[in-house]
Amino acid sequence: MSIAADHSGVVPRVETEGDVNRLMLAVDGIHCAACVQRIERALTAEPDVVGARVNFTTRRLSLAWRGAPARATDFIDRLDDMGFTARPFDAGKLAAADAANDRRLMRAMAVAGFAAGNVMWLAISVWAGVFADMGPATRGLLNWVQALIALPAVVYAGMPFYSSAWHAVRSGRVNMDVPITVGVSLAAVMSLVQAIIGAEEVYFDAAISLVFLLLVGRFLDQRARGRARAAATHLLSLAVTEVTRVTADGRTEFVPIEAVRPGDHLLVAAGAKLPVDGIVYAGRSALDTSTLTGESVPATVGVGDQVFAGTINTGGALTIEAKAVGPDTVLAEIVRCMEAAEQGRARYVVLADRLAKLYVPVVHGLALITFLGWWLWPMHADWTVALLNAVAVLIITCPCALAIAVPAVQVTASGRLFKRGILLKSATALERLAEVDTIVFDKTGTLTEGRPELVDAAKVPAAALTLASGLAAASRHPLCLALRRAAGDVPALTGVVELPGDGLEATVDGRLVRLGRRDFAAPTAPEIDDGCAEMWLAGEGQAPVRLAFRDAPRTDAASVVAAVKRRGYRVALLSGDRPAAVAALADQLGITEWRAAQRPADKVAAIEALKAEGARVLMVGDGINDAPSLAAAHASMAPSAAADISRTTADVIFQGAGLDAVPATLDVSHRAQRLVVQNLVISLLYNATLVPLAVIGLVTPLIAAVAMSVSSLTVILNALRLGRAGKGTQTWTS
Amino acid sequence: MDILIFLLPTALLMGLVGLAAFLWAMKTGQFDDLEGDAARILYDDETPAPVDAPRGKKA
Repeated sequence: MSIAADHSGVVPRVETEGDVNRLMLAVDGIHCAACVQRIERALTAEPDVVGARVNFTTRRLSLAWRGAPARATDFIDRLDDMGFTARPFDAGKLAAADAANDRRLMRAMAVAGFAAGNVMWLAISVWAGVFADMGPATRGLLNWVQALIALPAVVYAGMPFYSSAWHAVRSGRVNMDVPITVGVSLAAVMSLVQAIIGAEEVYFDAAISLVFLLLVGRFLDQRARGRARAAATHLLSLAVTEVTRVTADGRTEFVPIEAVRPGDHLLVAAGAKLPVDGIVYAGRSALDTSTLTGESVPATVGVGDQVFAGTINTGGALTIEAKAVGPDTVLAEIVRCMEAAEQGRARYVVLADRLAKLYVPVVHGLALITFLGWWLWPMHADWTVALLNAVAVLIITCPCALAIAVPAVQVTASGRLFKRGILLKSATALERLAEVDTIVFDKTGTLTEGRPELVDAAKVPAAALTLASGLAAASRHPLCLALRRAAGDVPALTGVVELPGDGLEATVDGRLVRLGRRDFAAPTAPEIDDGCAEMWLAGEGQAPVRLAFRDAPRTDAASVVAAVKRRGYRVALLSGDRPAAVAALADQLGITEWRAAQRPADKVAAIEALKAEGARVLMVGDGINDAPSLAAAHASMAPSAAADISRTTADVIFQGAGLDAVPATLDVSHRAQRLVVQNLVISLLYNATLVPLAVIGLVTPLIAAVAMSVSSLTVILNALRLGRAGKGTQTWTS
Repeated sequence: MDILIFLLPTALLMGLVGLAAFLWAMKTGQFDDLEGDAARILYDDETPAPVDAPRGKKA
């Protein structure tokens, strides 16, 4: 879904430097690399343009030209002609901070990677030299070179972990970064001490490779979340920046949206987006409200009807009286709802961090016991020896395998889902999906195809269908398009007049025929309310015929609902549509729990209510109106045809015509969660075996390095089982 | 083992060159658009070739 921007008469903010103007545009409708080429070529061909470059990943165009800044609107119109909707994009501080963070992590990763590689070959030389004939001078040199590389790298690249651990400790919490920080810094400091006193054993390689491995995981996580945030700013750029106001003496004027006050009269052209919430003051039209309700059929509005910001005027021009402006509008409320809900989810504590809460005191307690045991009783050793042994305990328990246990499973699980066209976006989604016990579906576009189809086409008299389809050819209204699909190849009638908000009218063989709303085409016909969208065909010599349309459910919707119910999930349906339509679909699919006419905030409230009952909710939805509930739910999924904002809010995006991705994802999440638990147990077992060795002072760097690699390999191999196990076991969905 | 005096700096220098190259590539925005730039090589060259090397072009 793309939303046409209202750019009539609006001059976007252009940055001018010398005689070169620069502008960043967010472009909708770029689907492949060929689109990138078309746009760049067309714009470069324009005179004065000095640079046009599209970033395919972010769907943004950066444009530079000489001459008048006002030419920006020409370029936007040019893109519009080509079928792309462009609007000025102000990246803002948030996106800049995000990009800076992205780069900081990437830089840290590069430095850690360089240091880890170089320290490793030096360390291997030293270990190999233990068996061959390496003098203490050479060993000392190699150890010092390691220190020289590793120490600055550990200090610089490990910063993300140290600051996270510091924040956690200061607020009285413990996360996985705490033992990582303690382990890494102790390994580095102790190795430095060892190098100074000329001892044989240094642990620089363990410290820096741990930092590197963990940074890779963190970077991938940051990338995924950064994209989500970028799309949220994309949504904010949808807001109209300038509007046409009707002054008291009847003239029109352009004013910035900030200047609009409740009570002002605003002119909304056909095809434009409504800038504010208000009521219709003059005119009749049809509004595309899909952003707010998810409903695909435009709603007819007339004088006195309430209208909302963000909906699109698809019919004739309207004059509306502003009632709510800016932060009071429903669109702004959606964005606020979403941000609030996302903060709630950010508080989710992953299993690894919950484990860290137990792990940290135990490990640090053991280290203390080791120190006291060696120093005071029963060993009575020198305090330096005692300290070395205590530090060895901390290094060997540094949660390398533990920290890899979860990401390894996530990588294999997302790879497996990816092959099925299911995209896993959030790092913690698998864990949350595995805990789900209630599934809430949206109706339009999720359980249904999202486009109306003619009901019982065979029962409509053939002549009436042909006539109606001939009329319908003149309109792009979704119901007319559905009529054209149902009637097949019917020649279009000429001289058809479209009356916005009412319907179509034409004179056929000297007789006036109308197709449209009941009170427009056939006011005498009885009203029928069966939840279907309808059009009436009537006229001179043509008895009123009702054409009913229904949004057909996806082909496998019923079987998927039945399958998840069999598995013991509670299923509910929340829709912004009218009760009759929702009831019909719920009945057809066997869903007993449903609510209709739900606004975005109502949906969030319904989900919060379920959560309050103790349910773990999976929300499946697609529209902008679903975005807050997707964010509020414990886990969320959206089809790939969903609105940008929903796709970025959802944890999981699935492709294809069916809904079977829902049970498939739940299935993989359950098995992934089992593997995560197994991996955590393996890591703990490894610690349980090696910690006693460290306590009695038998751990050398070689043992530490080998044990670290073996334990990491074990958890990775275990995670890979997910890729193989259970192939072809999705039969339970049918 | 004297050879180490040359080998160690050489190896580290090579590594540093690699690191510098990566940081430079990052700074010049070469990782900003991984999807789009991968396809750029496939575009036909629009700008006319230099005069001394004329190129057959369909009308």
